[in-house]
Amino acid sequence: MKIFSTDHKVIAKQYLSVGLFWAITGGLTAYMIRWQLAYPETEVPGWGFIAPDFYNMLVTMHGTIMVFFVAMPILLAAFGNFLIPLMIGAQDMAFPRLNMLSFWVFALASLVLLSSFFVPGGAASAGWTGYPPLSAKAAYTGVNWGLNLWLLALALEFASFLMGGVNFLTTAINLRAPGMTFFRLPLVVWMQLTAAVIFMLSVGPLIAGAVMLLMDRVVGTTFFLPEGGGQPLLWQHLFWFFGHPEVYVILLPGLGLVLEILPVFSRKPIFGYRAIIYSTIVAGMLSFVVWAHHQFLSGMDPRLAMPFSITTILISVPFALIVFAMIATLWRGSISFSAPMLFALGTLAVFILGGLTGIFNGSAPVDIYLHDTYFIVAHFHYTLFSAVFFAGFAGLYFWFPKMFGRMMNETLGKIHFLLTFIFFNAVFLPMHVVGLRGMMRRIADPTQYAFLQPIQPLNVFITVAAILLLLSQFLFVINFFWSLLAGKRAERNPWQSNTLEWTTLSPPPHDNFERVPVVYRSPYEYSSPESPEDWLPQDRQLSPHTAARS
Amino acid sequence: MPRSEDMAITGMPVGKVGVWWFLASEIPVFGGLIASYVVLRLGSGGWSDASSHLNFSLALANTFVLLTSSLTMVLAFAAVEEKKPRRLQANLLLTLLLGLTFLMIKGFEYAGEIGHGFTPGAGIFWSFYYGMTGLHALHVLGGIIVNLVLLVAALRDTLRPNEHRVELAGLYWHFVDIVWIFLFPLLYLT
Repeated sequence: MKIFSTDHKVIAKQYLSVGLFWAITGGLTAYMIRWQLAYPETEVPGWGFIAPDFYNMLVTMHGTIMVFFVAMPILLAAFGNFLIPLMIGAQDMAFPRLNMLSFWVFALASLVLLSSFFVPGGAASAGWTGYPPLSAKAAYTGVNWGLNLWLLALALEFASFLMGGVNFLTTAINLRAPGMTFFRLPLVVWMQLTAAVIFMLSVGPLIAGAVMLLMDRVVGTTFFLPEGGGQPLLWQHLFWFFGHPEVYVILLPGLGLVLEILPVFSRKPIFGYRAIIYSTIVAGMLSFVVWAHHQFLSGMDPRLAMPFSITTILISVPFALIVFAMIATLWRGSISFSAPMLFALGTLAVFILGGLTGIFNGSAPVDIYLHDTYFIVAHFHYTLFSAVFFAGFAGLYFWFPKMFGRMMNETLGKIHFLLTFIFFNAVFLPMHVVGLRGMMRRIADPTQYAFLQPIQPLNVFITVAAILLLLSQFLFVINFFWSLLAGKRAERNPWQSNTLEWTTLSPPPHDNFERVPVVYRSPYEYSSPESPEDWLPQDRQLSPHTAARS
Repeated sequence: MPRSEDMAITGMPVGKVGVWWFLASEIPVFGGLIASYVVLRLGSGGWSDASSHLNFSLALANTFVLLTSSLTMVLAFAAVEEKKPRRLQANLLLTLLLGLTFLMIKGFEYAGEIGHGFTPGAGIFWSFYYGMTGLHALHVLGGIIVNLVLLVAALRDTLRPNEHRVELAGLYWHFVDIVWIFLFPLLYLT
C-alpha cells in the first residue's frame, strides 16, 4: 500500500486512520473535562491539576476535534471516498490526484492543530465556536499562536473538504456505470452528495469570517471589535450560517449508512426510497434558513426569533419522514441482530431522542431557559454521537469485510454495542436534568454555585458512566486490530447485499471491478418474488423480459 | 476498464463539472463578505466619508485592465478552438501581464492609502476595504499562476492533450473579474 496513493480506497483508509486517531484524542479531552466537573479541585488521574484556562482549552478543542477532525473525516471523507466509486460502479474518483491532495491538505490541517497544543500559551480556548470579541484579541484569552493556528487548521480543513466535495459531486454526476440512473443510486450516495452540496454552499461565509477574524488578530482590522466600529454578532451569523448546515453535513452521511444497513438485515426493500431522497433535499434546503436559532439570546433583533423558530421546527418534518421510513422498513421484516444492525438500530433510537429535544431548543420561548445549559450539550450529543459513533460503528462493522477483506468478531461487536448503548444513555440522559436544573456550559467548577451543589451527585454519576463509555471503546479497538490480522477471510458478499460494492472482491482490486458493471435495478430488491434467493444484486439480469420492465 | 476521463455519461467533461462546482462554492465566500459589508454599512453611518478617500481614477483604470484581461482570455480560448498555437500563447501572455498590471496598480493604491494613514486598523470601512480587495487580489494571483502554468505548457508544446484547460482557466478568470465588478461600485462609488 503506497502512502502517496491516488486510489480512493487507500485514501478512505487514510482518512479513517487520522479520524480514529483524533477520536482517541477527543475522547481523552472528554475524560479530563468530565473528571474536572465531577471532582473539581482534585488532580485528574494520569494528568494532574486542571486550571480554569486549561479547562477552557479542553472544551474548545474537544468540540473542534470531534466535529472537524473526527466526524468530517470519518463520515464524509472515509465512507464517501470508499463507497461512492464502488457503489456507482466507477473505477476511481473523477479527480484521483485532487483526491490525494485533499487528504494531504487535511493531514496538514491535523498537524497544524496538533502543533497548536505545544506553542506558548497553549491551544485555542475561545470555545469551538470562536466567538469574538473573546477570540479577536490575544489579550482576552492569553492565547495568541494557539488561536491563530486553530484558524489556520480550520481554513486548511475547509480547503480540503471543498476539494473533496468537488470530487464527490463530479464523480457521482459523471462516472456512474451504465444503467446507474440517479434513482437507482444507493441512498448513502444521495446523502453524501446532498451533504457535499450543503457543505460547499454554506462554508464560504465562514471562510470569509475566518479570514476576517485572522485579520483582526494579526493585521489590526476591526471587523468584530466594537471599539473600531465592528460587530461581534456578525461572526455568529457567519459561523452559524455554516455551523448549522454543518450539523446536517455530518448527520446525512450517518443516516445514509443506517439506510444501507436496515434493508440488508431486515431482508426488505427500503420503505419510501424516493420520499427519503426528496426529504433529504428539502432538509438540505431548509438547513440554510435555520442558523439564527443559535442566537436567540445573542442580542439579535428579537423579531427574527419567530421566523427562525418556524423554519427550525419545519426542518424536523423531513427528518421525521426519514425516521418513519426507517421504522416502516423494519416493519415485519425478518430482522437479524448482527453487530452492524444493532448499531444502526441504536442510531435510530438515539437520534429520535436528539431530534425531539431539538424541538425544545428551536422554540425561542423555551430556548431562553435552555440556552447555553447542559440541556443543549445533551441534545447535540444525542444527535451527533448517534450520527458519528453509532452510525459510524454500524458502517465500520458492515463494510470492514469489504475494506480489509476480513470479518470482524460478531460477539465482541455485540458486547461493544450493548456497553456503548447503555453507557451513552447513562451519560447523556441525566445531562438533560442537569441542564434543566440550570447548569451552564463551559464552567470549570459547578460546585462554586450554591444552586448547583444539590446536583453534584448526578455530575459524578455522569462522569463514572462517561469513563465506562470510553473504556468500552477498547473492545472496538481490540476487535478492529485483531480482525485486521487474524479475522476470518471475507467472501465477496458476506451479508448477501444488493449494492455494487458487494459484487467485487473483498477487498476490491485497484480498479475496483473486473469488468464494468451494468445496472439493471434499484438497490434494495430484497425478498423479491422474481429471484430464487432473498436478494437481487443491482447488476443481475434475470431475463430480457424482466430487464426491459425495470 | 474505461478510464475515468472518458466515462462522462452526462456528456460533460469531468473538468468542467468540477470547475463549475468549485465556482459555486466560491460565490458564498465573496457573498458572505459582501453581505456582511452591506448589512453593517446600512446599519451604521460615516462610511461614505471614509470611502471618499479612495483613489477612484486608479480603480477605474484597474477595472478596465481587468475587463480587458477577460477579453484576452476569451481570445486565448478562441485560439484553442481555431488551433492557432501562436495566438493562444500571445493571448495567455497578455492575460497574465494584464493581471500583473492589476496587482501592481492595486499595490500602488494600497501604498498611497497606507501613506495617508488609512491602514487596515483605521476603521470598519478600511477593514472591509482591505479584506474584500485583498481576498480578491489573492484570487487574481491564483489566476495568474494558473495562466502561467498553461503558458509554460503551451510554449513547451505539451498543452495539446489538455487544451480544454484553457477554457476551465477562463471560467475561473471571468469569475474573478465578475467579483471585481461587484466590489468596484460597492467600495468606490457609494
